[in-house]
Amino acid sequence: MPAIAFKRFRALPFALLLLLTMVLPVFAGPFEDAVGKFANDDYSDTGDAVAALATSGNPLAYTIIRALQDGRLMADTDSKKVYVTQPDGKIIDAATGAPLTSIPDSAAAVRVNNKLRRGVEAALGALTLQSPDPDKRIQAAQSVFKNHEESLLPAIDAALQKEKNKDAKQAFSEARAAIVLFKDDATDAEKLDAVATVRARGDQEAVAMLTDSGADQPPAVAHAAASAIAAIQSRLAMWSWVQNAWYGLSLGSVLLLAAIGLAITFGVMGVINMAHGEMVMIGAYVTFVVQQTIRGSYPALSDYALLVAVPAAFIVAGAIGVLIERTIIRFLYGRPLETLLATWGLSLVLQQAVRSMFGPTNQEVANPSWMSGAFAIGQITITYNRLWILCFTLAVFAILLAMLRYTSLGLEMRAVTQNRRMAASMGIATSRVDALTFGLGSGIAGIAGVALSQIDNVSPNLGQSYIIDSFMVVVFGGVGNLWGTLVGAFTLGIANKFLEPVAGAVLGKIAILVLIILFIQKRPRGLFALKGRAVEA
Amino acid sequence: MPHLLTRSLDRGAMLFVIVVAALGVLIPLSNLLLPAGSMLQVPTYLVALFGKYVCYAILALAIDLIWGYCGILSLGHGAFFALGGYAMGMYLMRQIGSRGVYGNPVLPDFMVFLNYPKLPWYWHGFDMFWFAAVMVILVPGLLAFCFGWLAFRSRVTGVYLSIITQAMTYALLLGFFRNDFGFGGNNGLTDFKDILGFNVQAEGTRAALFALSCLALITGFLICRAVVTSKLGKVLIAIRDAESRTRFLGYRVESYKLFVFTLSACMAGVAGALYVPQVGIINPSEFAPGNSIEAVIWVAVGGRGTLVGAALGAVVVNYAKTFFTSGPLAPYWLFMLGALFILVTLLLPKGIVGTFLTYWEPWKARRVSANAESAAREDGVSEPDMAE
Repeated sequence: MPAIAFKRFRALPFALLLLLTMVLPVFAGPFEDAVGKFANDDYSDTGDAVAALATSGNPLAYTIIRALQDGRLMADTDSKKVYVTQPDGKIIDAATGAPLTSIPDSAAAVRVNNKLRRGVEAALGALTLQSPDPDKRIQAAQSVFKNHEESLLPAIDAALQKEKNKDAKQAFSEARAAIVLFKDDATDAEKLDAVATVRARGDQEAVAMLTDSGADQPPAVAHAAASAIAAIQSRLAMWSWVQNAWYGLSLGSVLLLAAIGLAITFGVMGVINMAHGEMVMIGAYVTFVVQQTIRGSYPALSDYALLVAVPAAFIVAGAIGVLIERTIIRFLYGRPLETLLATWGLSLVLQQAVRSMFGPTNQEVANPSWMSGAFAIGQITITYNRLWILCFTLAVFAILLAMLRYTSLGLEMRAVTQNRRMAASMGIATSRVDALTFGLGSGIAGIAGVALSQIDNVSPNLGQSYIIDSFMVVVFGGVGNLWGTLVGAFTLGIANKFLEPVAGAVLGKIAILVLIILFIQKRPRGLFALKGRAVEA
Repeated sequence: MPHLLTRSLDRGAMLFVIVVAALGVLIPLSNLLLPAGSMLQVPTYLVALFGKYVCYAILALAIDLIWGYCGILSLGHGAFFALGGYAMGMYLMRQIGSRGVYGNPVLPDFMVFLNYPKLPWYWHGFDMFWFAAVMVILVPGLLAFCFGWLAFRSRVTGVYLSIITQAMTYALLLGFFRNDFGFGGNNGLTDFKDILGFNVQAEGTRAALFALSCLALITGFLICRAVVTSKLGKVLIAIRDAESRTRFLGYRVESYKLFVFTLSACMAGVAGALYVPQVGIINPSEFAPGNSIEAVIWVAVGGRGTLVGAALGAVVVNYAKTFFTSGPLAPYWLFMLGALFILVTLLLPKGIVGTFLTYWEPWKARRVSANAESAAREDGVSEPDMAE
C-alpha cells in the first residue's frame, strides 16, 4: 500500500489545483500568459502553466499539453516564445496557433520531470473530459472508469455538473462510481450508491470492477457488491444466450441462402449439383463486377450497386445453370452418382476459369453505407449487414415459396416432382421444366453469392466452403420440401453457435457433422421426408 | 454365355498379376543393379513416384470393389487411406527417437514444440512395428465398420451415403488440422528417418517398398477377385442392380454391404500405410473431400466393376497429373481434370477397360461361334443361332 499512498500524495496538489481552477475559472490567467510560463525553464512554472491550460478551455490547450508530453513543445527563453512541432512536422506558434516555417535555434524542448509528467497526464485526462465532442467525453469517462484514478474525481464532478448529453452523463456517473468505490475515505452510503450505479452498467467490466474492489470494503458494501456481481452475471448469461441465438439465426440465414437453390435442384430434380457452390461464387463475382462498373461510371450510385447486382447475378448464374442442364445434366438423369462426378468436374473447371480471369486472390467487395455499422440492443451488438442478410434470405424464401405455389411454372415443377411420367402424360414439357428448374436453382445460388460477398471473402474458393454445409442442410431438412430446408438451416445454424462456446469452433462443427450422420441413421430421408411413391423414385 | 465372360476376365486377371509382378521385380532390380545413367536404369525418384502410383492403384481397387460391384459410392475413402497413413506415420515418428531437432527420446518434435507434457495415450505402442501394422488395418476397418453399421442398417443409400461419407472425411479433416488433436496439426507427420532399421531415404529401402507395394496390389487384387467371383460376389452385384429385390429374396443386404465396405476400408488403409514412407509425409490435406472424389474418378476412367481398370485408371490419371502439373501446362491441369470428370461420365461411362471389353467380347464371341459353326458344318449338323 505505501506505493499507492505515495502516488496519491504526489497527485494531490494537482487535483486541488484542478478543483480550484475549475470551480473558479475566473482565477485562470489569460491563455497567453500561461503559455509564456513554459519559456521560464522552471519546473514549478511549467506545472502552473499546465494547470492553467487545463482549465483555460482554449482549443489549443490539448495540442500544447500533448506536445509537452511527447517532448515536442519548444520554448525560447530569450524571446519567451513557445512553439509546437506537430507530429507531421508542421510548426505552430503555441500562443496564437499561427503556422510558422521554422523555429529559432535558441529554442529548446521544454523539460519535464516525473512529478510534472503525472500532472500532464491528469491534465490531459481532464481536458478530454471537457472535449466538445460527446463521443470523446464518453471515451475519456470510460478510461477513467477503468483506471479509477482518484485524483480525477474533482474533474469528473465538474464535468458531471456541466454535462447535458444523456450518454455522456451516464458515462461520467459510472466513472465517478468507480472512483468512489476505490476511495478509502468514502462513506458507506456513497459506496452503496456507487455499487448500484456499477450494477446498472451490468457488463463484464462492471463485474471485474466489483470483484477488484472486493478487498477491505465495509461488510455492507461487500455484500451489496457480491449480490450485484451475481445479478450482473445472471443477466450476462441471459444476454450471451440471446447473442448465441442471434449468431445462430445469422449463420442459419447464410446456410439457408446457400442451400435453398440446392434444395430445388436436389429436391425437385434429384440432381446432385456439386457445382452449386460455384454458382454462389459466380454470383459473388458478378457483384464485384457490377460494383466496379458502377463505381467507375456512376460513383454517386455506388451505394445501390447491390440492388443491380441481385438481378444481374440471378440472370448470369441462371443462364449458366440452364446451359449446364442442357449440355451435361440432361444426359445423366437417372444416374445420380454420375451426375455427382460430372458436376464435381464442372466445379473444378468453373473455379479454374474464374481463377484465370480474376486471379486467385480475394476481390474487394465494399459494403454499401446502408449495410455497414451496427447497433446495440442491451449487451449485444447487431451488425446491419447480418440483419439485412437475414431479411433478404427470408424474402427470397417467401418469394420462392409463392412462386412454387402460385405460378404456372411452380405448378409444373411440383407436378414433375411428384410424378414425372404422369406430368408428361398431362402435356407438361418435362425437359423444359427441368431446364428452368435447374436455372432457377442456380439463379438463387447466384443471389446467395451477392449476399455472401458482403460477409465473406470473394475468392474462387468461396463456393467450396459452403457446399458441404449446404448438402448437410438439405439432407437434414429432407428432400423435396422447402420448409424442411428452412428448419434444417436454422437448426444447424443455432446448434452450431450454441456448441461453439462450449466445444470451440472446430470441434463444434465436427460435433454437428457427427450429429447429422447419426441423425440420418434415424431418419434416412431427413426431417421432412416425402411420403408415398416419390420415396422409391 | 457366362463361362466365356469369366474365362476372358480370368485371362485378363492373370495378365494383370503377371505384369504387376514383373514390374515389381524388374523396376527395383534395374534401379539397384544397373549403373546410374544407364539407358535402362530407373532413377530412384521414379521408383518413389511409381510406388506412389501403385498405392493409388490399391486405393482405386478398394473403391472399385464397393462402387463397381456393390453400388456404394464412397466419397470418403481418402479418409481410410489417410488413417492408414497416419498409423504408419506414427510408427515412423516414434522411430526417429532422439534424432529429432529437440532430441527428445520419446516425444516427437511437434509435441515438444507444442509443450506436450507426455505422450498421449493413443501414441503408445506405435514404437512397435507389428502394433502399427495391426493399427493400419484395424483403425480404418473399425471406423468403416461403425460407420457402415449405422448407415447400412438404416438403409442410407445412393447419394445420401455419398454425402455423409463426404461429411465424415470433412469432419476428420477439420479434426486433424487441430494442434491439440495430437497428430501434428497442419504440418502432419514428417522428417522420417528409418523403417524397421532401414533408412527410408536409401535406394534399397525405396526399391523394397516399391516391390512390397506391388505385392500388396497383387494380394489386394486377388482378394477382390476372390470376393467378386464367389457366390458372395454374385449377391453384391445383385445388390448393386436391385437392392430391394435382393432384400425381398431373403438376403441380409446390410451384412453384405458392411462386409465389403469394411474390407475395402482396410485395403485403403494398407495403401495409405505404404504410401507414407515412400512420400515421406502425411498431413491433414489427405483428408480433403476433393482427394476422395479424385480417387473415384480414377476408377471411372479405368472402368468401374473391372478391378483391372480401376488400377489402370489410377496410374493413367496420376501419370497425366504428374506430367501436366510439372510442365508449362500446369494452370490448365484443373481444366483437364474437370473435363475428364465430365467427359468420362458422359461419353465413356464404362471407362477404358469396360469400353474395351464391350468391343472385345462380341468380337471374340463371334470368332468362337464362327469356329464352332465351321466345326459344325464339318460335322454336317446345323446349330441354332447363338447370338441374341
